[in-house]
Amino acid sequence: MEQLFFYIFAITAVVAAILVVSMRNAIHSAFFLIVCLLQVAAIFVLLRSPFLAAVQVFIYVGAVMVLFLFAVLVLDVGKEAFREHMHSQSVPSLVMVAALLVIMGFMMFSGKLTVPPGAYNEAALAKNTEVIGRAVYTKFVFPFEVVSLLLLIALIGAVVLVMRERGKGADRNKPEDI
Amino acid sequence: MITLYHYLFLSFILFLIGVAGVLLRRNIIIVLMSLELIFNSVNISLAAFSYYLQTLTGTVFVVFNITVAAAEVAIGLAILVAVFRRRQTVYVDELDEMRG
Repeated sequence: MEQLFFYIFAITAVVAAILVVSMRNAIHSAFFLIVCLLQVAAIFVLLRSPFLAAVQVFIYVGAVMVLFLFAVLVLDVGKEAFREHMHSQSVPSLVMVAALLVIMGFMMFSGKLTVPPGAYNEAALAKNTEVIGRAVYTKFVFPFEVVSLLLLIALIGAVVLVMRERGKGADRNKPEDI
Repeated sequence: MITLYHYLFLSFILFLIGVAGVLLRRNIIIVLMSLELIFNSVNISLAAFSYYLQTLTGTVFVVFNITVAAAEVAIGLAILVAVFRRRQTVYVDELDEMRG
């Protein structure tokens, strides 16, 4: 039963990812990316971490995709013409992707797990959110603080980057030296 | 029974699709979306290792990873809007001013 659901989610995710890459309209790509992210959230549920699934839905589908849709709206790209769809370098890049697939598959099937399993088995993970919260605020408290600082920097940086420079409004006619 | 290899294979397939999107597409918004696909595949891999090794480190790392991805998208789209205001294009092969 679980296997059936895994295959449903995995195949939907892969098909949606292929459609993200191949769609010509950026809005359609964004919607298929939403489908793919929801399937990944379902995969997290199968991996017994419903907290991650909730975070995935809130942050990715709720925040990141809204940002993407805003960007598509602001930039007003429209539909791409047929010739503008893909790069001219498609053949070498596809060869490189195939080589990467071979190398990764070889490494995946030649390696094996030798680490003994830790203490967090399925019974301990039943209270998933509580366990993760305890770990974040005790063992991982330093990376937690660093990440919060990073979010603050990203917030300020995003505002600064899109802000129009008001002080330089007087010399608008001056050619900008790029 | 689903093994670790199922999840790893799904993760690798999504990673390769993301890499192909970054390399093939010209529209920079779709390049950023492909980067999100790559982030997600890595997250699947981390969560799968965390579940099958029965540790918590991978799960906590996925939380941090999602945060970093959100920050990356905010900064990336801000840069994109700034570039579009100046150059009026979103095609990566036309944004080649820093090419040596």
